[in-house]
Amino acid sequence: MAQATREMGAGVKNGEAPGSGEGGDPAVADLVQGFSAEQLAGLLADMLLYRRFEEKAEEAYAIGRIGGFCHLHIGQEGLAAGGIKPLRADDLALTAYRDHTMAIAKGMAPRAAMAELYGRVDGCSGGRGGSMHLFDTTVGFYGGHGIVGGQIPLGAGLAWAIRYRGGDQICVCFMGDAAVNQGVFLETLNMSAIWQLPVIYVVENNGYGMGTAFSRVSVTEMEARSGAYGIPAHTVDGQDVLETYRFFEGLAEEVRGGAGPQFVNAVTYRFRGHSMSDPVSGTYRSKEEVETHVRQEDPITILRDRMMKAGLLTQEELEAIDAEARAVCEDAAEFSDASALPDPSTLYDHVYAEINPNGRLFLDGRGTPGG
Amino acid sequence: MATRVHMEALSPTMEEGQVVKWLKGEGDAVAQGDILAEIETDKATMELVARGEGVLRKVLVGEGAAAPVGDVIAIIAAEGEDIAALVAGLGGGGAAADGKAGTDAGADEEAAKAAAAATPGTETPSPAAETPATAGATKLEAVTSAAAQATSPEEMATPSPAQAAPTRVKASPVARRLARDAGLDVATLQGSGPGGRVIKRDVEAAAHAAELAATAPAPPVTPWPSPPDTEFEDTPLSQMRKTVARRLTESLGPVPHFFLTVDVDMTRALAARKRVNELLAARAAKASINDLVIKAAAVALTHHPECNAWWQGDSIRRFHRVHVGVAVAVPDGLITPVIRDAHAKGLGQIGTEIRELAGRARDKKLQPHEYTGSTFSISNLGMFGIEEFTAVINPPEAGIIAVGAVEERPVAVGGQVVVQARMRVTMSCDHRVIDGAQGARFLATLKSFLEEPAAILM
Amino acid sequence: MGGGPLVAELTYRDALNAAMCQEMDRDDSVFLMGEEVAEYDGAYKVSRGMLARYGDRRVVDSPISELGFAGLCVGAAMSGLRPICEFMTFNFSFLALDQVINSASKMLYMTNGQAPIPIVFRGPSGAALQLSAQHSQACETYYVHAPGVKLVTPATPADAKGLLAAAIRDDDPVAVMEGELLYNLRGEVPDEEYVIPLGVADLKRSGDDVSIITHGKMVHLALQAARALERDGIEADVLDLRSIRPLDVDAILETVARTNRVVYVEEGWPFAGVGAQIVSLIQDEAFDDLDAPVLRVTQADVPMPYAKNLEQLAKPGVKAVVEACRKVLYMPDTIT
Repeated sequence: MAQATREMGAGVKNGEAPGSGEGGDPAVADLVQGFSAEQLAGLLADMLLYRRFEEKAEEAYAIGRIGGFCHLHIGQEGLAAGGIKPLRADDLALTAYRDHTMAIAKGMAPRAAMAELYGRVDGCSGGRGGSMHLFDTTVGFYGGHGIVGGQIPLGAGLAWAIRYRGGDQICVCFMGDAAVNQGVFLETLNMSAIWQLPVIYVVENNGYGMGTAFSRVSVTEMEARSGAYGIPAHTVDGQDVLETYRFFEGLAEEVRGGAGPQFVNAVTYRFRGHSMSDPVSGTYRSKEEVETHVRQEDPITILRDRMMKAGLLTQEELEAIDAEARAVCEDAAEFSDASALPDPSTLYDHVYAEINPNGRLFLDGRGTPGG
Repeated sequence: MATRVHMEALSPTMEEGQVVKWLKGEGDAVAQGDILAEIETDKATMELVARGEGVLRKVLVGEGAAAPVGDVIAIIAAEGEDIAALVAGLGGGGAAADGKAGTDAGADEEAAKAAAAATPGTETPSPAAETPATAGATKLEAVTSAAAQATSPEEMATPSPAQAAPTRVKASPVARRLARDAGLDVATLQGSGPGGRVIKRDVEAAAHAAELAATAPAPPVTPWPSPPDTEFEDTPLSQMRKTVARRLTESLGPVPHFFLTVDVDMTRALAARKRVNELLAARAAKASINDLVIKAAAVALTHHPECNAWWQGDSIRRFHRVHVGVAVAVPDGLITPVIRDAHAKGLGQIGTEIRELAGRARDKKLQPHEYTGSTFSISNLGMFGIEEFTAVINPPEAGIIAVGAVEERPVAVGGQVVVQARMRVTMSCDHRVIDGAQGARFLATLKSFLEEPAAILM
Repeated sequence: MGGGPLVAELTYRDALNAAMCQEMDRDDSVFLMGEEVAEYDGAYKVSRGMLARYGDRRVVDSPISELGFAGLCVGAAMSGLRPICEFMTFNFSFLALDQVINSASKMLYMTNGQAPIPIVFRGPSGAALQLSAQHSQACETYYVHAPGVKLVTPATPADAKGLLAAAIRDDDPVAVMEGELLYNLRGEVPDEEYVIPLGVADLKRSGDDVSIITHGKMVHLALQAARALERDGIEADVLDLRSIRPLDVDAILETVARTNRVVYVEEGWPFAGVGAQIVSLIQDEAFDDLDAPVLRVTQADVPMPYAKNLEQLAKPGVKAVVEACRKVLYMPDTIT
């Protein structure tokens, strides 16, 4: 990630940002699309936090603090910030296994997220879920799901429950581009349309399902996938956090107002491998391709440059925001390192919500309740 | 590929067998299915058939010697095939088995070890027998033997290659527990389950017997008097005599017997038999009074199924069909060949079958299915002039009738003393299965059938 | 009936209906979703009249999308509703197993207790008559293999009402496997609110000679076998587990201790079947009570054939149960 940081550093040398004085310059307004300075700084800080968090996770994985599968969101932070931040606190969101920054965006504390990656007792799920299953119902984040497409009907179910109870929340269900080839995607879109559920299905379209380019497994464009079910399709540039934010802000209100289910093709790019065991480039995409995207489409760089151009960000401010993000992630890692491993006596906790007074639930001869 | 020839269980209750005769000698070619040897079981002399082919290379148990079921008694292998390792490998276990220590009820680990060590002459001592692996195997078998008879849970828990050890006592878990509780050693019990498995009912029967023995006054312990001057001969127990002894003891011990006797007017029975034989003459068949008794008893049992029953420890099995076991004296004991469905057979057929079976019984040629599965038994000593006697029940059957001689005796009939052909029948009943009145009703029916044979046809 | 509780004679089908109505009346978070459950009144008429009674908010026809609607129901449960997810038959639920196994059974654990899934999966399981391989299979094993799901298998109308009600009230995923051939079975069913706690087996017949342990539809087969054995003077216990998970281990150990001999009867295949688990449990915890190996009577280890005679051969039958009982009693099989 040194590269992105260097570029950010380089950007600052471009001179003073336009419109820094009056703020009434229409060019500046166009640049920042009507966001207030605080909002812009907030989005920048959010994305920097996500970036530093994932880098910290990458480092922790490399030294064995994190095990198993670990899928980083680096390059796609614009969707976490732009797709989730416009939601209300009581709206619901869920995604697949590339979920760290999504969880934090919805409100999960970085400490709880990192400790979960570490498999520690202070993790959001006490170390039971790990990287792929971050979960915090108190902030409306419903996972964290490991089977491609598995979260899609769950999202419909959350939306069903909202409608059943007569609530005005919405549910945003993220997925990777490969998930749209799962049968359950089609089944769920159909049901969502039948019952006009308050749900937005968002494809984080980074172009590859693991190592397979979407164009190799689909003869139709992504936008065409929802038409058969009568669900409106939208495309948004996920690398432009401001556009993304505005888009979701509007769509969320439409759905809240009864517009029914929506389908969003959010175009983005993954700067890292599919998971920690997948090289950044080589087999299915070239080094040049990755470098070009990193250079031109880093959502953080794009926002930084605009803010600086608009005179809404100085190098010092940027460094302060970044230092804060790094500090938070460093703290999260230290916190996680210090956090205890789960108590072995809890092995059988939460397999069942209700331990029936009669009969035995665990048949391994060990997990007998109370014994 | 060498084939081990094992002492096989050639009767359902056989635990060891005696080699009567080797029909193949060392060096003889053997084809699969060839008869290798005649083996005396507890019931009969049976043929041991080769399960492999090649040459009978080594005979390990000589004629006249006995071996427990499962022991290797010979080796078949290709000519020139090296069987030294195989023979040596049998050293530990085989020696222990030959020495009987491994199978003896009281054997413990020490004894087994001692036996193994004390039989160097049984096999040619071979360096292989001293290898750690072989020694280990020997030791494990000994441990297994101990574990099988262990009374403490710790010993029970000893890991062992249980199935592999020929000396393992097979017992169901509950039988082991009950035996432990009752202070009985399962190894001393005769198992009635598959493969001789000691099961719950066996332990219960033994416990009951032990209880009876404990409550009975202890007989004075007197050593067998040795006849001072006369010549005498000690006869080793044959397999059959061992079994007879064990089974009869088992019967009178645990089975609560009671006895009922009727005196039967045989006038019409004799007449009927005479007429039947006239008719059978055309078929060169003939029926005896005993055949008529078998037929009458079998039909009577169909009217009294409560007497046509087995005691099964925790259940009573009443049979719908009648298979009559008929006690037959053979030179060194007795055996009860079975007339199946005797209630449904004619006198001629019963007569023919019983003579054929008895003949083969005396020649020890009965097959196991011919002397097992009876539901009721009959013993007739009338031909020896015995007027009246009691017979010992053949478990798990619940009843047996002892039939005496038909003889002319004066009896009072309607105030007049007349001479009639009379016969006494005494029934032994297992009181756990048959109550007095039930036995009496059966005997009454039997008596009525014999006194009016036409009633059998009703 | 006398002074006892009020009872009505109901079919098994109507007893299930009564349980759903009983629970929907007392808890608005309970809803029924499945194929043909609303306008059609249920493929087996189990939900007859419920659309009229509760409306299409709570009685919902789904498209034929087992994975989709099962997942939707799990999602609804994840946010606290109590869906009754009906599979027209459990054969079709194999399409939905990802949501059953990967979502429903594991969500609570993965989230450290944050997301209970109080859902009921119900429908018929097991063979009916000449429906061939894909429509005739007992599905219990698939549902109890993964920790996190509970399973009940009612055999009588009263059990159907009580167990389904308990399943709906339970805070965990509970599969309720019904018997297609039982839907017309009539029996007395308590009229008032009726709930049978999960994990309580029911001794359907008492005898000290041999224990026939079983569940679901096979309870009736076991009772027939017990009657046949009675003619030979053998008294069999027939223990209906009712609930496979939680499992009434105490009841199993009690009958084993009493009879020392066990035959397990199940409609499914033997390999890793429910009976395999019961046998394992018995040898683990009742070893010293056994007088004979525990035998199982199961469906033949083949897919269900269509032809009538082959189907008969493949299904567990009374004769096989009787023979197994005689075998564990060490009774000769030469005499019949």
